[in-house]
Amino acid sequence: MNNPETVRPVITYDTSPEKYKHWSLACDGEIATLALNINEDAGIRPGYKLKLNSYDLGVDMELHDALQRVRFEHPEVRTVVVTSGKERIFCSGANIFMLGLSTHAWKVNFCKFTNETRNGIEDSSRYSGLKFLAACNGTTAGGGYELALACDEILLVDDRSSAVSLPEVPLLGVLPGTGGLTRVTDKRRVRRDHADIFCTLTEGIRAQRAKEWRLIDDFATPQAFAEKVKQRATELAAQSDRPADAKGVALPAVKRTIDAAGYHYETVDVVIDRAARRATLTVSAPKSAVADDIDGIVAAGASWWPLLMARELDAAILMLRTNDLEVGTWVLKTSGDAAHALAADAVLNANRGHWFVRETIGMLRRTLARLDVTSRTLIALVERDSCFAGTLAELLFAADRGYMLSLPDAPAEEGKVTLSTMNFGDYPMVNGQYRLAARFYGEEAPLAAAKAAIGQPQGADTALALGLVTAAPDDLDWDEEIRIVLEERASLSPDALTGMEANLRFGPGETMETRVFGRLSAWQNWIFIRPNAVGEGGALKVFGSGNKAKFNWERV
Amino acid sequence: MPGEYRSNLRRLIVTQGDTEPASVEQQRHLGLTCPSLYDMRNLFQVNVEEGRHLWAMVYLLHAYFGRDGREEAEALLERRSGDADNPRILGAFNERTPDWLSFFMFTYFTDRDGKYQLCSLAESGFDPLARTCKFMLTEEAHHMFVGESGVGRVIQRTCEVMNQLKTDDVAKIRAQGVIDLPTIQRYLNFHFSVTMDLFGADVSSNAATFYNTGLKGRYEETKQSDDHLLNDAAYPVLEVADGKLLTVQAPYLNALNERLRDDYVVDAKAGIERWNKIIQKAGIPFTLSAPHKAFNRKIGPLSAAKISPDGKVLSEAECTHHHLAWLPSVEDRAFVASLMGRVAEPGKFANWIAPPARGINNQPVDFAYVRFN
Repeated sequence: MNNPETVRPVITYDTSPEKYKHWSLACDGEIATLALNINEDAGIRPGYKLKLNSYDLGVDMELHDALQRVRFEHPEVRTVVVTSGKERIFCSGANIFMLGLSTHAWKVNFCKFTNETRNGIEDSSRYSGLKFLAACNGTTAGGGYELALACDEILLVDDRSSAVSLPEVPLLGVLPGTGGLTRVTDKRRVRRDHADIFCTLTEGIRAQRAKEWRLIDDFATPQAFAEKVKQRATELAAQSDRPADAKGVALPAVKRTIDAAGYHYETVDVVIDRAARRATLTVSAPKSAVADDIDGIVAAGASWWPLLMARELDAAILMLRTNDLEVGTWVLKTSGDAAHALAADAVLNANRGHWFVRETIGMLRRTLARLDVTSRTLIALVERDSCFAGTLAELLFAADRGYMLSLPDAPAEEGKVTLSTMNFGDYPMVNGQYRLAARFYGEEAPLAAAKAAIGQPQGADTALALGLVTAAPDDLDWDEEIRIVLEERASLSPDALTGMEANLRFGPGETMETRVFGRLSAWQNWIFIRPNAVGEGGALKVFGSGNKAKFNWERV
Repeated sequence: MPGEYRSNLRRLIVTQGDTEPASVEQQRHLGLTCPSLYDMRNLFQVNVEEGRHLWAMVYLLHAYFGRDGREEAEALLERRSGDADNPRILGAFNERTPDWLSFFMFTYFTDRDGKYQLCSLAESGFDPLARTCKFMLTEEAHHMFVGESGVGRVIQRTCEVMNQLKTDDVAKIRAQGVIDLPTIQRYLNFHFSVTMDLFGADVSSNAATFYNTGLKGRYEETKQSDDHLLNDAAYPVLEVADGKLLTVQAPYLNALNERLRDDYVVDAKAGIERWNKIIQKAGIPFTLSAPHKAFNRKIGPLSAAKISPDGKVLSEAECTHHHLAWLPSVEDRAFVASLMGRVAEPGKFANWIAPPARGINNQPVDFAYVRFN
């Protein structure tokens, strides 16, 4: 039972720099160099070779890990130079043979994680002063260019042959789906007719015109390239406020046991009911008061509850998403002492200027945002010993519905919902709005009422009145009510639910990220199941065989 | 030019075009060290024709590819062999051609790659390209003649000295100012293996696409007796697994680079046999041979392995140990360079090379092939 790998194969996201097969991370003062040198024989699954610095999920797991190392273990780093360890090739994007062999679900999960990692790069630039410079020292194609697009600036070597390109449409019959189409317009502001040419040009565009069209920021000859990279990296570092003399916080592997029941972490427990296709995630509040002074916080490091919980929740989300596709409903629960949870929020709030606390808030923000874009039904249950307080209450607001147990005969025993200031802006969703604001469409009255309730535990009646929960069945109804809700939900079409939830979770107001997760991913995922891409003669299927794709020419 | 094939055709033409002026840039300085007026004239003819081949490719780009084609053509003119900032596209065309032995080896081995690439492009369904390549092929034959006869004359001269001295002692042979046969073998190994890489990856999706879309054919496509579709056919390629060199079957369409490489090897070996005839005729017990096609590869999966000239998989240490015996050393190159000096008197030849059997265009060997104004 304790060796889950014998029960069923499980993909984990565990890695650390000494285990990297594809990336190397070198920190030199304020500049870190993250170099991609993909081992073509070390794909995460069999059946394909990762030629020409092309990546799969395993490569991106390492990138995700490396970014975490820079955030937490190297606070002195202000600019990350993303480059290639190979000559004349920066990165040629996702491996096409891997995509051709993968199931639809694998492709979608892979793209989502890849998107989140790239969003994480921009998130760190926006909130933590960590700047990213793509040093494209060779061919930069497809997902390789999308990785560069996620950086603050792009430098391309001008050796008269290296180009940036998004050849997905002409070569593969799919979209540059890891933010490529979106960032070209929304971030780089490439004029759309230029973008139209660019996205249909297999050979891409070389340095001079790429700069004229805003596809890159600058270029340099091979001889001058290293110097230019160094210069720009240093200039970007000057825009950063990361500390020069801080000592990093080590990130040991997240401790976890896996058994037939589920995944078990110190602060997050996942119990899976396979017959019901349901997982129950229970997140625990701190067992005691968290360290509240900087020295104590840094000494606690990765075991400091806010960071520990964020890392464990993040890991649990990724495990469930990757390994448990049929588990379509996640029941979100919390437990523990609200006083400790709220005290932790107060410490986060009071010390937000310190780099480590800032990074911890960032980790919480990104983890909660990962939950928002998860294609599973999320139902939060507020029960007797629940602890939906402050940051933990975000789980309630991330859920599609929240049910709260009402105890008319013993109101003191009711679980409570308690808001903190952290619920009002610190954890924006990918649409840039915090969950309560999105919930109330930014309307003043309900937001003012919620704000007035900060710090005051809300029982079922008042939580319902404030609009913080969906319904509050009493103890006579509770078990049947919840059973029926979950059973009925589990009977609905998983595809329709995914689409419906994604639409309802993100209301009015688009951002680049919502356009990536919505417009781009939705179209991409449609194309991914169309015969023109994956049918017998589909472009993705025949790529590399020399056979021409056979298209159905009807425009749909 | 059908729009559907624009990108791949442009790529083929640009890559081919880029090699043509590269060899001129690599070789033009050899005029300073020519071993005779006869050889200088051959050098000039080779270079003029390579230049003409460039213009043929430039013409195709200008005529059929619009503004983009004109820009690509311009870029062809701007790139320079060996320029760190602005190099030629293919690695072999950024190497130096430091001496005349290298030049002869280059024209024998590397221009022969050109022949095979041109033969496959001459099968193109894009008629302007096919026709252009056919005229280029007639000129390529002369370049290979220069290489084959050049190396043959070097061998001839060495054999003469060996027989005069009745020795195979390298030091004594070198002391007479001629190039010993083991050094010639090492130059051969180098140029053969570098040229192997020019054929591209053993298993290549581009090769499959180029063939299947009719942009390229095989060598002598019309003489092949199969269905010319190759959809379900297989072709053997090499792979290193568990320290052994294995032959595995790859989809034929993906293995077309390997097929062309194999066709080339047969042709290249025939010339090596003609060189051996010269050695045999002189009664010297020495045989030149082509190294294994997996030897000293820098591109593709075989580049990760260390393979000896006779096709054995080696450890890193073994390879380092033998390296000097198989490839020209700095000393070898320095010795060959020391022999290079200009001979510009009609009918005179440098000491390290024999005169040709006959002159050019029925002119005598001592004809003033180059006029200095």
